[in-house]
Amino acid sequence: MDWSSILSNAARSAIGLETVIYALAAIGLNVQFGYAGLLNFGQAAFVAVGAYGLAITVTVLGLPFWLGVVVGLLGAVLLAVLLGIPTLRLRADYLAIATIAAAEIVRLTVRSATLREQTGGSSGLSGFAEGFYALSPLEQGRSYGFGPWVFSARLAWILLVGWVLIALCCTVVFLLMRSPWGRVLKGIREDEDAVRSLGKNVYAYKMQALVIGGVIGALAGFVFGIGRASVQPDLYGTELTFFIYTVLLLGGAARVLGPVVGAAVFWVALVLIENVLIQAVGAGFIPSAVMDSTQVGQVRFMLVGLALMLLMIFRPQGIFGDRRELAIDAR
Amino acid sequence: MLPTLAAPRALLALVALALLLVLAPALPDGAGRAAAATATPGPAATAPTDVEGETLRVRVRTSEGEDVPGAAVTATGAGADPVTGTTGDDGVAELVVPGAGSYEVQLDVDTLEGPAAGLVPRQNPVQRDVTAGSANNYVFQVAEEGAEQAAAGGVSAGQVAQLVANGLRYGLIIALAAIGLSLVFGTTGLTNFAHGELITFGAIATYFLNVGAGIPFLLAAPLAVVAGAAAGYANDRLLWRPLRRRGTGLVAMMIVSIGLALLLRYFFLYLFGGSTQTYAEYQGQRGLDLGLFTLRPIDLISMVIAAVVLVVVGLVLVRTRLGKATRAVSDNPALAAASGIDVNRVILVVWVAGAALAALSGVLLGLAQQVQYQMGFQILLLVFAAVTLGGLGTAFGAMVGALVIGVFLEVSTIIVPTELRNVGALLVLILVLLVRPQGILGRASRIG
Repeated sequence: MDWSSILSNAARSAIGLETVIYALAAIGLNVQFGYAGLLNFGQAAFVAVGAYGLAITVTVLGLPFWLGVVVGLLGAVLLAVLLGIPTLRLRADYLAIATIAAAEIVRLTVRSATLREQTGGSSGLSGFAEGFYALSPLEQGRSYGFGPWVFSARLAWILLVGWVLIALCCTVVFLLMRSPWGRVLKGIREDEDAVRSLGKNVYAYKMQALVIGGVIGALAGFVFGIGRASVQPDLYGTELTFFIYTVLLLGGAARVLGPVVGAAVFWVALVLIENVLIQAVGAGFIPSAVMDSTQVGQVRFMLVGLALMLLMIFRPQGIFGDRRELAIDAR
Repeated sequence: MLPTLAAPRALLALVALALLLVLAPALPDGAGRAAAATATPGPAATAPTDVEGETLRVRVRTSEGEDVPGAAVTATGAGADPVTGTTGDDGVAELVVPGAGSYEVQLDVDTLEGPAAGLVPRQNPVQRDVTAGSANNYVFQVAEEGAEQAAAGGVSAGQVAQLVANGLRYGLIIALAAIGLSLVFGTTGLTNFAHGELITFGAIATYFLNVGAGIPFLLAAPLAVVAGAAAGYANDRLLWRPLRRRGTGLVAMMIVSIGLALLLRYFFLYLFGGSTQTYAEYQGQRGLDLGLFTLRPIDLISMVIAAVVLVVVGLVLVRTRLGKATRAVSDNPALAAASGIDVNRVILVVWVAGAALAALSGVLLGLAQQVQYQMGFQILLLVFAAVTLGGLGTAFGAMVGALVIGVFLEVSTIIVPTELRNVGALLVLILVLLVRPQGILGRASRIG
């Protein structure tokens, strides 16, 4: 068992690309689910719209990088409005089913062979990330960082931008939620009818929360697409949404830093489990009849499912959350 | 797969699944994982095999989804020698072409043998663009000559009849699964995202009993349904009843069901592997010509079984005391409890029966398509669509909704590309929520 490599891999993943993607997506979901109480099970669609908006604009249409970012953000706003109009008046569980269906519609559409020319079909698109890396002030070929956190110039640049985005989004969420607007939003989560009786337009507030959360989700999509230098439709399935929920509930919903902590803990735990199991299988501590190296990934996702169940049953407020603050389904 | 190893493995699998054990028993690595090359969506996307040039994977299969080995395919590019290959046992021929570009791919119909002899593809040869660095796949689907003419000559009455028949077959399978989902929602308010895994459970249990332990399908299928009922019992007694007693909220329970779904789905992947398998029997049946449409005998029998079961469930709900109690709890649990109905017992019965029906649905789905670890998850949204369309919480609504969704799915392929038909069904789901959220048979009540 090579513990130093296991620990350094885990330490790297604490600030790694996946952590950034999941943290951003979960910050967006936090606005919708944590603060507004909207059961959006289509967050993967917002991530996909961000990534595909960028990829299609740059690779298929040949337009510059920044325009791709604009298209991705506008796409997320459009999706939120389209999704919100029919569903935001519905009860929580209906909203969940409608959003999960919408997310599948987005994924099935971009992966269809009919749209292969525009979206790349099931193999996706690539070759749109260079515009982003061209902006990098870091010197190519060098590596940056210290200790276990040494990254190539490309990875360091996307991580830097990603963490700046996380800081910005957290600041925005923090400021929004201590504003009167944020208090109304939390009021909707606790008791929609009470807020409505005060003369607030509940529907408009929910829509605004859905749009803001969706736009932050699209930012996660940019990091996802650029970090992998490609987009593939099946990475944006419903399981992505479920993992984002796990991250959010782990860190604590309705807390500004909850999603960030949740993402870091989630990925450190996943990487730790994976590395330990792979080494244990390799060293023969676990007989190959029980588990081989391809099954390690499956076992760790089983543990994710189990963790989500146990969290929701025994500690629904997560690591940081406040049980009084988050009375999920008080209504 | 060795029967000696496989029998305890199958039993272990059933016991483990039914009790929802987390730690897996010691299971030998099966042959099932050997053929893991079949399309499994997920992060592990096909990497380009760059030997020299690009690889074009050509697959030949019948319209029933059977792979055809030994068929010769040729790819001819501009200014390059033709590349020829023969399909292997998995029906795939890998043609290594000189580079990216446009190729004419031709299937030599004279080399089709066995059940595929005499069948023709819809289009032959075809133009195919081979791109660098991505998976290049093409599937020749071969069918009887008449089917080809029907496809070429626009929409014929026979084609519509065939699609309606296929849709009914699919709708009946969805209906079996939908009853449990709808009744569990009606009696407990739980939106159960793990219901898809109960469907998969039925198919995988049948597969392990049938192929693994060598039990004949006709015995394996009822055993799997019984195991499904046991899984439903375990679900309610070990998880949901304690949660209800704790007073866990509905949204929290919904998220717990998502966790359970992830846990079970990856457990199935762990047990079963990512490949697509079939039961040992009833493979490669030729369709029976029934005038307007053709169906395999096994499909006809499946449809009859599903229809009979649905009618029996309907009669039980309408005629028996238990059925009336179930509908009363669905309607208003507090009132039902006040009038002397044992609500927890009714819920337990709903779970057991619903899970058994879901398992039966999985068994039949495995016959109609193939067995795969996420088959239930893939059909789950259609089941939701059926339940919503019919009216959440009503058993008869779920049946009607499922048949409508099934037929709609198949018939919509006249206009919509086949791969996008689920998009149509999901759009219907959202539109129903917009226009008539209580569904076809649901009663209008405020749900927002």
